[in-house]
Amino acid sequence: MKSASRLERVLTEGHFAVTTECGPPRGADPGVIRKKGELLKGFVDAINVTDNQTSVVRMSSIASCVILKEMGFDPIVQMVTRDRNRIALQSDILGAAALGMNNLLCLSGDHQTFGDDPEAKNVFDLDSIQLIQLVKRMRDEGVFPSGKKIEGPPKFFIGAASNPFAEPFEIRPLRLAKKVEAGVDFIQTQCIYNLDRFEKFMDEVRKLGLHKEVKILAGVTPLKSAGMAKFMKKNVAGMDVPDAVVKRIADAPKEQQPEVGIQLCVESIARLRQIEGIAGVHIMAIEWEQKVPEIVERAGLLPRPQV
Amino acid sequence: MILKAFENGADGVMVVGCLEGDCHYLTGNLRARARVGRVAKLLDEIGIGGERVQMFNLSAGEGTKFARFATEMVERIRALGPTPVNARRGGGQKEIEP
Amino acid sequence: MIMGQQKPIRAILDMLAPYDKIVLAGCHGCVTVCRAGGQKEVEILGSAIRLAREAEGRPIEIREVTLERQCDPEYVETMRPYLQDYQAVLSIACGAGVQFVAEKYQTTPVLPGLDTTFIGVTEKQGVWAERCQACGDCVLHLTGGICPVARCSKSLFNGPCGGTTAEGRCEVSKDIPCGWMLIIERLRNLNMLDNYRKILPMKGWRTSRDGGPRRIVREDLTQ
Repeated sequence: MKSASRLERVLTEGHFAVTTECGPPRGADPGVIRKKGELLKGFVDAINVTDNQTSVVRMSSIASCVILKEMGFDPIVQMVTRDRNRIALQSDILGAAALGMNNLLCLSGDHQTFGDDPEAKNVFDLDSIQLIQLVKRMRDEGVFPSGKKIEGPPKFFIGAASNPFAEPFEIRPLRLAKKVEAGVDFIQTQCIYNLDRFEKFMDEVRKLGLHKEVKILAGVTPLKSAGMAKFMKKNVAGMDVPDAVVKRIADAPKEQQPEVGIQLCVESIARLRQIEGIAGVHIMAIEWEQKVPEIVERAGLLPRPQV
Repeated sequence: MILKAFENGADGVMVVGCLEGDCHYLTGNLRARARVGRVAKLLDEIGIGGERVQMFNLSAGEGTKFARFATEMVERIRALGPTPVNARRGGGQKEIEP
Repeated sequence: MIMGQQKPIRAILDMLAPYDKIVLAGCHGCVTVCRAGGQKEVEILGSAIRLAREAEGRPIEIREVTLERQCDPEYVETMRPYLQDYQAVLSIACGAGVQFVAEKYQTTPVLPGLDTTFIGVTEKQGVWAERCQACGDCVLHLTGGICPVARCSKSLFNGPCGGTTAEGRCEVSKDIPCGWMLIIERLRNLNMLDNYRKILPMKGWRTSRDGGPRRIVREDLTQ
């Protein structure tokens, strides 16, 4: 075992893992996190807390994860390279480990033009792949990039994201290969609506043998409404929502659309479980965290394993 | 050149070019239109007024059209009055002797 | 070359408010090519400023000059015979030129009429685009001649990120092509796609502006 991570144990023992995501509040109230945590207890193996997602300022991922840890979760800290240089990144890595964190997801991060502070200075001292390399070296060799010894190396289960749907399609498996080479332990993909295309992606992934070297969790996001489906199809870069999916939810009367969305999600999970190389599911229920328990239950993923 | 005309006391400037598609220099009249647009914007920004410069397109043989454009322009400029620069210079508008 | 854009005329007029006798200095170098600070632009700006000031009842005298360059001392010196007769210089050269003039004429305020933006190229007449970030450690041989620092919005060295749009544009704006899409396309055309598989390590930013203002000294040329 590389870390004390519960998620690592679940995956290593061969169970189909379930993770989810939690958006921290735009304020200093820890109660918001606690409420979300309460909803999810017993339904997931780990919870990600995003790091100023879409460059909108929120309570820090590490702080939010500490609150979740106090509730008994084994959270996944997310770290973007948009806002911090290598000095701050290393420092936060040590700090997060000291606070008992076991999982770290390395990301480049959305560009700051998306947030409320587009005038901010762009850091990007490192990219996500270089960050993976950095954390791996700190963990396995116990040294800083300078080569100097770390007194008490941080032991993280290292994660990264993968987007099978952004252009160019043929490069995405190669980029995943780079992340694997850099030392990533687990992957969470962007949310999947186009299962055919995802299966093609996984064909390429398996050809490269990557599924044997990294644990891939397939991302899903339940659609709340036809409006949401159309918005995501049109406005979110790197997202593929097939017309058939939009039609299915749009054909339902408005008050039944949320149920259709959940049903679609549950069906996706069933299909994803059948794909060779998929080790788990990552449920991103944006501002709909209360539906995660129902999704997990209906997908037949309860109870979560005792590890 | 257009700005110099205003510096030298013009209250308005007419720029005349060939019909679009008929330019001897192929795109000269299109570029002129773009430049006139730019100067008009600048004149707005400095408080002189972009409506004091305008481009007209016609062919060499369209004498009556030219007369009509000229009259239109003169009427418009007369209504606008002297530029703020001319007003300062102790103006009122001077009719140009034919 | 170095590209820039003239500041809005209102901003320039605000800067000139305390003065009524200035030199307006352009440059025959880069800013001429990007149509921001050359002789034509000096003449147009000069007229506009005079008209605006006369319209508000505060005429201004402007001596218009376009120097060969404002970044070499011998050309900046050519203003010395008359500069002390003027209250300020409005320079529409790039930021380097403005500063150099200020350095050479310590007692005359030098104002920037241009916002200097980037090192770039003329894509076509009227369209200029950024190409180089002057990072001091060029990697163009590894990326098929396309710079990841300048042309990727996140300066990723192992891109692309997950935000590339279906049309191959950057998530920041559809006016920006995804830099890494361009790199991959180029490596493919050069039969060098194997380069893509290699992980490029953390960049050393010390050679760039991050390490402090830079200087090159060529001993063989300083004699």
